[in-house]
Amino acid sequence: MYPSRFRYEAPRSLDEALALLAEHGDEAKILAGGQSLVPMMKLRFAAPGVLVDINGIAGLGFHEETAGGGLRVGALCRHVDLEHSTVLPGAQPTMAAAAPLVADPIVRTRGTLVGSLCHADPQGDWASVMLALGGSVVAVSPRGRRTIPVGEFVVGTFQNALEHDEIVVEAVVPAAQGARAGSYLKLERRVGDFATAGVAMALESVGGQILRAGIALTGVGPATIAATEAAEALVGASLDPDVIDRAAELAAAAARPRTDHRGSADYKRHVVATFVRRMLTAERAPAGAAA
Amino acid sequence: MTQTAEPHAASPAPTSQALDEVKIGGLGSSRTRVEDARFIRGRGNYVEDVTLPGMLHMEILRSPLAHARIRSIDTSAAWAIPGVKLVLTGEMAAQRNLAWMPTLSYDTQAVLATDKVRFQGQEVACVVADDPYIAKDACDAIVVDYEPLPPVVSPEQAVAPGAPLIRDDKAGQADNIAYQWEVGDKDGTDAAFARADVVSKLRLHYPRSHPSPIENCGAVADFNSATGKLTVYLTSQAPHIVRAAVALIAELPEHLIRIISPDVGGGFGNKVPVYPGYVCAILCSILTAKPVKWIEDNTGNLSSTGFGRDMYLDSEMALTSDGQILAVRYHATTDQGAFYADAQPTKFKIGLVHSSFACYDVPVGHITAQGMYTNKAPGGVAYRCSFRVTEAMFFQERMMQAAADDLGLDQAEFRRRNLVDDDQFPYRTPFGFLTDSGQYHKCLQIGLDAIGYDDFLVEQAEARKKGRLLGIGISTMTEPLGAGNSREYDILGIKMFDSAELRVHPTGKAVLKIGAQTQGQGHETTFAQIVTHELGIPALDIVVEHGDTDHTPFGMGTYASRSTPVAGAATAMVARKIRAKARKLAAHLLEVSEEDVEWELGRFYVRGAESRGVTIQECAMAAYSNMPDGMEPGLENNAYYDPPNLTWPFACYIATVEVDPETGVWDVLRFVAVDDCGVRINPMIVEGQIMGGLTEAYAMSNMQFQTYDVDGNLVGANYMDYLLPTAWETPGFELHEVVTPSPHHPIGAKGVGECAAVGGPAAYVNAVLNALRPTGVRNIDMPLLPDRVWHAAHTGDDVSGAPPFRTE
Ligand SMILES: Cc1cc2nc3c(=O)[nH]c(=O)nc-3n(C[C@H](O)[C@H](O)[C@H](O)COP(=O)(O)OP(=O)(O)OC[C@H]3O[C@@H](n4cnc5c(N)ncnc54)[C@H](O)[C@@H]3O)c2cc1C
Repeated sequence: MYPSRFRYEAPRSLDEALALLAEHGDEAKILAGGQSLVPMMKLRFAAPGVLVDINGIAGLGFHEETAGGGLRVGALCRHVDLEHSTVLPGAQPTMAAAAPLVADPIVRTRGTLVGSLCHADPQGDWASVMLALGGSVVAVSPRGRRTIPVGEFVVGTFQNALEHDEIVVEAVVPAAQGARAGSYLKLERRVGDFATAGVAMALESVGGQILRAGIALTGVGPATIAATEAAEALVGASLDPDVIDRAAELAAAAARPRTDHRGSADYKRHVVATFVRRMLTAERAPAGAAA
Repeated sequence: MTQTAEPHAASPAPTSQALDEVKIGGLGSSRTRVEDARFIRGRGNYVEDVTLPGMLHMEILRSPLAHARIRSIDTSAAWAIPGVKLVLTGEMAAQRNLAWMPTLSYDTQAVLATDKVRFQGQEVACVVADDPYIAKDACDAIVVDYEPLPPVVSPEQAVAPGAPLIRDDKAGQADNIAYQWEVGDKDGTDAAFARADVVSKLRLHYPRSHPSPIENCGAVADFNSATGKLTVYLTSQAPHIVRAAVALIAELPEHLIRIISPDVGGGFGNKVPVYPGYVCAILCSILTAKPVKWIEDNTGNLSSTGFGRDMYLDSEMALTSDGQILAVRYHATTDQGAFYADAQPTKFKIGLVHSSFACYDVPVGHITAQGMYTNKAPGGVAYRCSFRVTEAMFFQERMMQAAADDLGLDQAEFRRRNLVDDDQFPYRTPFGFLTDSGQYHKCLQIGLDAIGYDDFLVEQAEARKKGRLLGIGISTMTEPLGAGNSREYDILGIKMFDSAELRVHPTGKAVLKIGAQTQGQGHETTFAQIVTHELGIPALDIVVEHGDTDHTPFGMGTYASRSTPVAGAATAMVARKIRAKARKLAAHLLEVSEEDVEWELGRFYVRGAESRGVTIQECAMAAYSNMPDGMEPGLENNAYYDPPNLTWPFACYIATVEVDPETGVWDVLRFVAVDDCGVRINPMIVEGQIMGGLTEAYAMSNMQFQTYDVDGNLVGANYMDYLLPTAWETPGFELHEVVTPSPHHPIGAKGVGECAAVGGPAAYVNAVLNALRPTGVRNIDMPLLPDRVWHAAHTGDDVSGAPPFRTE
């Protein structure tokens, strides 16, 4: 496992990092936690000429609440920070459920949520979570700062919407309309395995009335999938069994899985439906048995 | 677990009281492993740690295709890269008669491909350079022009009409059949089937898996052109066999070859064979006149080195309606990959698969077997088992469960009616083995009591009413461990005995040198304990050495759970030789005749005058300072041990599981293990071996396998696809023991390293199928992945896992 030759740069500031990107163009790659990029380099699937390591830049490791149940996650906030966060429990149920299911404990100490979004692996867990929550990323470049909704940011398998000279500095969860509920369920063959199928669910409601719903699917298509129709079926509805069934069916229909060593396409669709049903049933009767 | 403190090595003062054997680290002491001090501190010494002056680095270029003719290989761009010292192709190796080498099953295997590539990952060329990065760059710069040929990825495809001929290199090979073999009594078996009330049938596939040791293969080859001596540091389970093999393959004089296995990071059978990488490293060292290091990467290890299993079963069992087994017959098909390279005794073409049903009273049986060449990696090594015994016992226990179900009989009761009774030993099995000892019924009962069998059946019935699927699975088996004897067991003609050499120094400290090779089993700990048991020298005063062919006696190495049965026996025997000489020295020191000297642990004394005695340490000093006239000085000896029989440990494993009918995910509720491996030298190490084996058994049943798609691409060539369980998934194990000493082993020990990996898988699989029993499913091939279980539960159909693997 010997990567191709590359140059290594460790800028101390965002401006320095941006300058390096501007200088090296598409030869350069950002290195965050390295948990996706380094394996790709060792397998020689990726061979960037220049690595721009952003780990030395101060002030990117944060995650913090914003008004109305929103959240900001800095580019160097590690999976493990979110797993052990005191901010997420209660306030961000979907994220809190997902954090301990991402990769394994070793990978979680280095890998970042933002890096995961940028990597745009259809089996990445955070992209579904952020998509369900209606989140976005904030990218900076010499031209300034822009906010990109996750749905537009993830454009395909391992493809994001960044220009070569842009760096994502944070990911953002918007304020909620009312109380948040939701969860993340993932079927994995083993700890540290990527999802056979995963479902992120985010509900915002006032007085039992669902005002906003988001459902997104992991590992069952060429990119992270927003199950928009399934989510819409929940808005304004109460979680009766037939509503739950309908949402489960619509989510399964939105999936575009492939038969592979993790299971048949039918099976993965079935798991998506099962997970949607389980999460919604649990919301309906919080004391009842979740998955 | 009990930990026994060891007093430091002060010579025990003469006393009439025998030493406390456990306290000094003898038999039954769970002394901590002496190896761990260096491993835990990062002070081990693996091949990767070996650095020699002027050393170069080698990387291998592997075939991306499963089956293709090589039109040309252009190495010019690779040679042009600065720092490249050698680019070796098959054509160049052929000039030295090294393009091909013999396998351990009397086949040939390509070292570097000359004519065709026959599996994905096959070695095509290698590069030697100043560092491994340059070598890898140069590999990427080699241009190979392949003409793709249709690949064969299953035995079925191998014998289909018009199948491409894979081994067109072999004169007289007109088909893809590697071997045929049969054993047993065909006519007697047919007659028994004619009398049967019930015939139970089962077909299944034991998937290909890989031993995947944590340390991959690797070598540092150092040919000294001045002395003509070749030294190779190599990750081998059997360094002495490698020396002999190198002498034969490379036509070098054996006395000028030194193989050193330093610390070995796991083997599990993977490190018995000689691989092309070793031969290349040696040849490259000869050609460059420099030491050459080759360290395989994970993909190289998983895609080209010895796999395990990949065997198909087509079976029938003849039964009376009251549950007596009248006969068994089965046909086993092995998928050998491109070269027939099992590491196994010469006489047997499919290992010891015919050891199946050894624990049951089966009057007659017949097994036929056939091996197929396919475009897959070669191997068929004994992955944590005694030559295909894992398949044998899995087949047996899956057939037992299917038969119990077909009879409508309780699975525990069915076993009870057929297990061999204690008073039937020695017992001749239908396929010719002689089992010698055991308490099978007692072990089963302890297991059933521990799991609470009857209560579980009630709980299971209750749960079913609520739609919950609980299951219980049993696996009982005895397996043959500890090859030889030498009459029947040899590898490439070299008989399977083993050896030990013991040197007791003047101060009573000792060095034991053995022909076996630890890869994590703890030989350095337990073999000292055997000496302690025989001589009373505290275990801390004994150092165990192995792995350097210049400095240890010839032995066949460690695999097939043979170290304690064979090298361990040799150790006991050499210690007894030392004791015999020490007795003469004691008589001399005590000024009595030898007949008047009595032995207790660590001390000789005068019969009738117990307080007059000398310690073994005093005898040792006398051997160098005060020997009687005419006695040869010194206290050293060696022993070569040829066991009269295999050892026959027994195990009963019981698992309970719950299956989630909606996702097919299953969880182990409890796992009970009852092992009878005879006398336990170090109970802690024995328990560790059992837990390790049960973990690997769980892995095989749940997640771990390699398969190939229609194009011959390997699925499972890296650790994202080839899954090993973590501490998180691995269930807890409840261990129990029964001790029936081996009647022929000097200290009554039997092999144990593999029992759990061999007998374990069927317990898990039987449990899941027991949970699914209401659906009518008879078989799901391992691993029981959630999608397979879901599929079976929903359709009621069996699920086959045979390749080619289906993708969209
Ligand atoms: C064994 C293993 C198991 C795993 N299992 C899972 C799993 O189950 N679920 C899961 O979701 N993930 C899994 N992962 C991936 C892991 O979550 C990674 O941490 C994550 O995908 C990438 O984050 P990173 O910080 O390591 O990014 P890096 O590897 O450093 O970078 C990934 C990509 O994003 C780009 N990038 C990173 N940060 C920025 C930025 N701020 N701006 C612009 N571009 C950027 C890089 O240039 C690179 O292209 C696993 C990884 C491993 C090694």
